[in-house]
Amino acid sequence: MKRFFRTGIPYIWLTAGMLTISLLMIGGLIVLIMLKGLGEFWPHKTVKFTLQNGTVALGEIAKKESVPHKKGSYRTKLKIGNRDIYGMDFKWIDNADIVSEEYPTNVLTFERREWGNMYGSLEGLKQDDRITSVDLEKVPSLLEESQTSFAKIQYLEKKEIGNINYRMEKNRLELKRLSRLQPSGEVQKKIATIKANMDFLEQSYKEKENILTELYNKAKAKEVVVLLADGREKIMPLFQIIRIYAPNKMGVFARIGFYISKIWEFVSGNPREANTEGGIFPAIFGTVMMVMIMSIAVVPLGVLTAVYLREYARDSIIARLVRISVSNLAGVPSIVFGVFGLGFFIYFIGGNIDRLFFSEALPTPTFGTGGILWASLTLALLTVPVVVVATEEGLSSVPISIREGSYALGATKLETLWKVVLPQATPGILTGTILAMARAAGEVAPLMITGVVKLAPSLPLDGHFPYIHLERKFMHLGFHIYDVGFQSPNVEAAIPMVYTTTLVLLFTVLILNLTAIVMRNKLKRKYSTASL
Amino acid sequence: MNEEIKVPAPIVNIRDLTFYYGKTKALKGINLDISKQMITSFIGPSGCGKSTLIRCFNRLNDLIEGAKIEGIINIDGQNIYAPTIDITELRRRVGMVFQKPNPFPKTIYENVVYGPRVQGISKKNILDEICERALKKAALWDEVKDRLRVNALDLSGGQQQRICIARAIAMEPEIILLDEPCSALDPIATAKIEDMLVELKKEYTVIIVTHNMQQAARISEYTGFFMLGELVEYNTTAEIFTNPYEKQTEDYITGRFG
Repeated sequence: MKRFFRTGIPYIWLTAGMLTISLLMIGGLIVLIMLKGLGEFWPHKTVKFTLQNGTVALGEIAKKESVPHKKGSYRTKLKIGNRDIYGMDFKWIDNADIVSEEYPTNVLTFERREWGNMYGSLEGLKQDDRITSVDLEKVPSLLEESQTSFAKIQYLEKKEIGNINYRMEKNRLELKRLSRLQPSGEVQKKIATIKANMDFLEQSYKEKENILTELYNKAKAKEVVVLLADGREKIMPLFQIIRIYAPNKMGVFARIGFYISKIWEFVSGNPREANTEGGIFPAIFGTVMMVMIMSIAVVPLGVLTAVYLREYARDSIIARLVRISVSNLAGVPSIVFGVFGLGFFIYFIGGNIDRLFFSEALPTPTFGTGGILWASLTLALLTVPVVVVATEEGLSSVPISIREGSYALGATKLETLWKVVLPQATPGILTGTILAMARAAGEVAPLMITGVVKLAPSLPLDGHFPYIHLERKFMHLGFHIYDVGFQSPNVEAAIPMVYTTTLVLLFTVLILNLTAIVMRNKLKRKYSTASL
Repeated sequence: MNEEIKVPAPIVNIRDLTFYYGKTKALKGINLDISKQMITSFIGPSGCGKSTLIRCFNRLNDLIEGAKIEGIINIDGQNIYAPTIDITELRRRVGMVFQKPNPFPKTIYENVVYGPRVQGISKKNILDEICERALKKAALWDEVKDRLRVNALDLSGGQQQRICIARAIAMEPEIILLDEPCSALDPIATAKIEDMLVELKKEYTVIIVTHNMQQAARISEYTGFFMLGELVEYNTTAEIFTNPYEKQTEDYITGRFG
């Protein structure tokens, strides 16, 4: 036995075992998220249960499980949809109650802008109080028509009226600013022009509003009549419907096409229904933009700090203390950074910026409230230790012989640092940046008090001058997961969204990191150290 | 030691040079004159101070913490340790090549014009001209003229070392210091560099530290033998290798010395 231990084999097994456990846990996590997340968009079959008491239930099977404390009996969780009628999305059915199970081909799934899915069969089309029966073949073209009109309405609402509102607000603020000045002739003139401007905008707003009402009325004129499972009829505007499909009739290719279009909608669309449906594009955009701004802020800060520590301060006691403090900063809970960001960036710096430059908007804060800039800077502070440590490593890996070569050619310390040492330390600096980005993309707590919101009305990047709006609040994937999973009114229906959003967050981090890694490897090849 | 020898046209005069690394005395009262446009070699066992000495000529030892120097080094009659001296200007006049080839991880071209660029020359045609001239003097032009944009680290060790020599020549120095430039190279690369050094001495003063006694004998006019921080013997190379004055020198060059 003793000899067996002395061979060292048990220790190898121990280390290998621990590695396996770690790998299994990570692999399990990813597989679970993939399974739950990727399955969400597959068009599930619609089942029709007839129960013993004569009622009929129609919907997608969400889950099957055994009833606790009752051996051999099972129950099924059915997604019955039609939340506006039944009041809830899901229903538990005891398998013992089921008399028959069918997959009728005439059942359609209606994906709606509000109230979730509806399951039922299409009875007809209602227009001008007349109901006409409609061919299923014609449904796609009808739907397309309503989609176009919806797109038109959206454009009108978001772009044109949004534009008018934006300019209106600018004019209003300018007016407020001017009215505080000495009322000289010049100022009076300017006020008059602005007032004229505002009148013009008001006019065009009214025009647009009229067009909008007209469009809405036209869109609402067409309605569909749907026969529900319990025999009730439901009439709703066609305009409310995003998709109509017959899951029980779809072939494999139709399903795959449907799946891809759903995924595309998810990553490129805006959220609907308190974030539980639709896409998460604003959150992806917000996350990526925040990480970018954070990198722009953290790299110079961290690199310059490291250069001073490594190249100039050397090993003095103060330098050592600073180094220890920097490493300890990495261990401070992130919410503490959030509180600091709130107090320093938002209230102090943001508040002062508002007083100096945006006083006309006060008491409504411009920079004195959470925004993407403050959130990014807070995260930059949080991740600065990572960059400092990695840069110091990179700098110390540049051999002394290279530096001496530069000095011997008459270069000063600064020139040597700038032309020879820093380029060669770039892979190390990038490694630090990668780690910082990964950390920042996954951080949620400090963002919650520095500018993340559950639904941002507009992206921080748009067509209005100056195009990048650093003061705007933004959406973030990490916060989105929290919000959808735990804060939404319809948590049960939102569970798949939690998994899919998690998956997207993982992918986003992966892509950000891969980009940085590819960049680093390219540079590494360029600056590979001298070898004979 | 034999009485001080008189060298023709001395460009470097060293008087009572003592050098400390912290408390350790690395050089003890060195007196030496180095002749213009000749090759002077320093030999001696490891740790005898010969590298320390040549690193004093371009004040590269200034970078070492705790280094202290006493005595005088005059180059062209000017004390290089005088407080008024501009170190970067000095290093432009006194070029240096190191033991291990240390090209920068840049292109061949960028390596060669590094010094001129640092001095503020930025006109492309001037830099091109400097690059070509330096590479020709370093006997490398024919080998690399078609791939000046290749990373210098992709060259062979011998070529890398000649890049480093070209890099030093590009600044048109008066003196070129070489610190065991061939110790990491094979015999063929070594022979090329030796030929080149013989060619270079027509224009430059060359000071070379070497462990290879044949090398010293082959190329240098004057040789200094160092031991334990002292200059044991300094004479013409012929004299040192055929008729050494000191017993220690004889022991060392005949290999009886460990």
